Amino acid sequence: MGSRAPATGLGRDLAVVAAIATAILLLPLGTQSGAALHAVILTLLATVLGQGWNILGGFGGQFSFGNALFFGVGAYAAAVLQMRLGINAWIALPLAAAAGAAVGALVGALAFRYGLKGSYFALVTLAFAEVFRILANMLPFTGGGVGLMLPLDTRAAAMQFASRVGYLYLIGAFAVAGFLLHVWLRHSRFGAWLVAIRDNEAAAAALGVDAFRVKLAAIVLCGALTATSGLFYVQYLHYIDPNIAFGPAFSVEALLGPIVGGMGTVFGPLVGAIVLHALSESTRNLVADVPGVSLALYGAVLIVMVRYMPGGIMGLLRRR
Amino acid sequence: MPDATILAAALVNGATQGAIYALIALGLTLIYGVLHIINFAHGAALMAALYAVLLLFTGLGVDPYVALPIVTAGMFALGYALQRMVIGPASHGRDENILLVTLGVAILLENLALVAFKSDTRTIDTPYAFATVDVGGVLIAVPKLAALGGALAMTAALFWLIERTDLGRAIRAVAKERQGARLCGIDVEHVFALCYGIGLACVGAAACFLLPSYYVNPTVGGGFVLIAFTVVVLGGMGSFVGALVGGFVVGLAESLGGLAGITLGWGENMGQLGIFLVFIAVLLFRPQGLFGARG
Amino acid sequence: MVRRPRSSRRSFLKQSAALAAAGSPLGFPGLALAQPAPVKIAVIHPVTGPLAYSGQLCRLGARIAIDEINAAGGIKALGGAKLEPIYADAPSPQAGTAEVEKANEAGAAAVVGAYASAICLATTQAAAKHSLPHLVDVGVADQIVERGLTNVFRFGPGYRKTTSDAVKYLHTLNTLAGNRAKSVLIVHEESLFGTGTANLLSQELPKLGFEVKEVIKHANPTRDFANIVLRIKTVNPDIVIPANYYNEYALLVRTMRQQGVKPMAIFSVLGGAASSFKFVAEFPDIANGIIDVNHWYNPSSKAAAALRRKVEGMKDQYFTYEVFLNYESVYLLADALERAKSARRDAIIAALASSTWNGHFMPYGPTQFVNGQNAGAEPLTMQVRDKDIKVVLPSHLAQAAPVFPWKG
Repeated sequence: MGSRAPATGLGRDLAVVAAIATAILLLPLGTQSGAALHAVILTLLATVLGQGWNILGGFGGQFSFGNALFFGVGAYAAAVLQMRLGINAWIALPLAAAAGAAVGALVGALAFRYGLKGSYFALVTLAFAEVFRILANMLPFTGGGVGLMLPLDTRAAAMQFASRVGYLYLIGAFAVAGFLLHVWLRHSRFGAWLVAIRDNEAAAAALGVDAFRVKLAAIVLCGALTATSGLFYVQYLHYIDPNIAFGPAFSVEALLGPIVGGMGTVFGPLVGAIVLHALSESTRNLVADVPGVSLALYGAVLIVMVRYMPGGIMGLLRRR
Repeated sequence: MPDATILAAALVNGATQGAIYALIALGLTLIYGVLHIINFAHGAALMAALYAVLLLFTGLGVDPYVALPIVTAGMFALGYALQRMVIGPASHGRDENILLVTLGVAILLENLALVAFKSDTRTIDTPYAFATVDVGGVLIAVPKLAALGGALAMTAALFWLIERTDLGRAIRAVAKERQGARLCGIDVEHVFALCYGIGLACVGAAACFLLPSYYVNPTVGGGFVLIAFTVVVLGGMGSFVGALVGGFVVGLAESLGGLAGITLGWGENMGQLGIFLVFIAVLLFRPQGLFGARG
Repeated sequence: MVRRPRSSRRSFLKQSAALAAAGSPLGFPGLALAQPAPVKIAVIHPVTGPLAYSGQLCRLGARIAIDEINAAGGIKALGGAKLEPIYADAPSPQAGTAEVEKANEAGAAAVVGAYASAICLATTQAAAKHSLPHLVDVGVADQIVERGLTNVFRFGPGYRKTTSDAVKYLHTLNTLAGNRAKSVLIVHEESLFGTGTANLLSQELPKLGFEVKEVIKHANPTRDFANIVLRIKTVNPDIVIPANYYNEYALLVRTMRQQGVKPMAIFSVLGGAASSFKFVAEFPDIANGIIDVNHWYNPSSKAAAALRRKVEGMKDQYFTYEVFLNYESVYLLADALERAKSARRDAIIAALASSTWNGHFMPYGPTQFVNGQNAGAEPLTMQVRDKDIKVVLPSHLAQAAPVFPWKG
């Protein structure tokens, strides 16, 4: 543990992670409702997406607008490995994460080597997601625009579950892994370097931090973690096409949660995901009958939240 | 190999389509160049402007080209108000907040349109919608020719505004050094709002030139946002001439790439792949764009 | 214990309602209460987002049917139980799953939806977890009914049936015209529907002597069709076959008109202007003569004509396949409820599986479900003629003889 890393709070952070893990484990005792379990599953999926983004964007200050790139790579890796090569889903999991990491390394090596920052970095990630979307449409092994439909095979051995509880535990495990990664970032020398680069890259470099390698490592971690959420999506919903995988929807979902929850915090992605899901559900229930009203309200609340909670929800909590 | 007429036609298509992209990108590049924000609400603004053109046409019988001053003025007012009352106060000067708030504005506008106009795709049927000009065997649609002229005129007007007027000098001062400009007594918030307003006014003009040959529905803007970003980056963020040239480059890349894709049997979307590969290459190797000065 | 009388009254009501809902197992439907428990039906469509236009038309069709059935006294076999719709928005597969789960917990007896194939894949699967009967309204991907889910029923034809019929009809048209057309060019959108259709067509057409000169794929949205139309001009096929969504379809044929490209026929499969009164109303000149193979109603049906008048009487509404397929799906469900004499899910599924319903205005004959697919479902061939849409094939349903080649 480096001298600059804050040593305090490690125990507390781990305790919170343990509490979250326990809550996920015990949740099925509290409710068997498919709707509730599905809502929690989608919230955790958004959490993992947000965690991936938060590593690079929250801790490292490198905003990605194209995290669907990693989501899609994970999803396609999972589907292609299982359907084209007959590889078991559990073996496909590390391979999908590795594919996400590799694409992260590729994008990072190019972008950071040429010193892209700020909006330039954001746009390059967006462009890569688009390139992959178009490629997925053109290449034969991805099924092109027809997409890939994972056959139903509800056995745990195939990473498919008859009950939603199995999926809850699967995405819960990914989320807990994401939390542990965040706790490590918060309390390790590597994490301190990453934050130093975010706050002032030149100063960090002057102190001997190899900014390029640290950022590269961050985008690799981001790619790997985000890819697992893509794999989960395929296992859970069984169908993927280029627009779902690489379209803007998941890129936006990835950045919304951590920004609303609190960037660069350990639990911001979770808090953001919960708040956004609760918001979208409550606006939906408020005005269900006229299409568009609920989403318009969602947009308005988003604006108001930014206006009055500029540091995200965790920022608000910390100020008190 | 495609023959000469086809190639010439593809070049003309690329240029006229590029003019539309340039029109949309002009506003974006101004907003980026001065406010340093990536305006995610740009597509939604285009959608709103297209509906304005549609309503003027169907409701009051105003021709889209006649509607130009009305729509640009309206969009300017909308942009000024948005920046002054919503985006500015909510941004707190932080990138992530600007991102969220422009995203929020986009979601809000798109869904208000869904409520107000339903989800129908609407088109207008002007007398000149199918008129063409024959230039050496290449048929050029009149509305697209008008867009080409519009893009050139708009670029010239913006160039004049920024380079030759007091307002332009104030804008340039704010873009370069906002603290310094503030110290010199420039109302920076006002200039920001003016820029955002002018940016959306450009979108309004683009809408007048686009609708005669296109359509409008609540999600129509999405198809143009990414292209507009590409044009802005290519031309250099903040450069009008860059946006114009960038628009043509992207239009031509799309058109010729599409032609190649069709000819080779790989599909028309080859053109779009070409655009994004060029985009990435420019970002990596010449991030200031073709015409931008870094910084 | 003060509240006892009230609570016992409530539980009595509940019991009676349950009895009524269960269809009076004692066999005395007349003994059910005057107000039998309504039958909840989840009506799930993408009414926001990019598919909102179609999704809202779908909802409209379902709504009209539900209102009509309720106005006519509800489900007779359930003592006049009303249908209680649960309208839900599912712009994405995961939202579809969420809405099915909510509907399940709200006590829905069945699901009708969810328009797009990708969303239907998710909703049918979620419904299967609860053995919840699911009527697929449009969702043309054949995999939807081929996954062995016993709760899934599709009233209309899938795309394999539609494209193979399209091939058959194109052959018929050409035979009638003395085999004048030799070559085709296919323009299709890049997703499941367009690509799948194009693949099937380019396999089948050569067997009937057509040369598929070119297959051109395009993105959604495509902002400009000039290049594609130029290519069509160069290749000069006898027939152009578009397989794409409304916006791109309209842009394509408008650009063809602009560039003076006039093949012997524009012959489209699923989703062309020839099945859209909206397109015909907005672009009567361009639409004229276009042929389409699509979902369509029996043109001699008075009920269909009445429904069309009803829909067209509403502001800005058109009578589209989204409307009538959902309308009929709800009526199919109502018929199953009448025969099941119960709102229990397994009873509804059994009633649907053995359904021989003939009360609809589609050209399908009595329903007969084989692995969830209505075996008699088939598309018709229409041609736009003087601001109206006429069925031209098969001949026993035709309102007009097909004009091919078209001299526009």
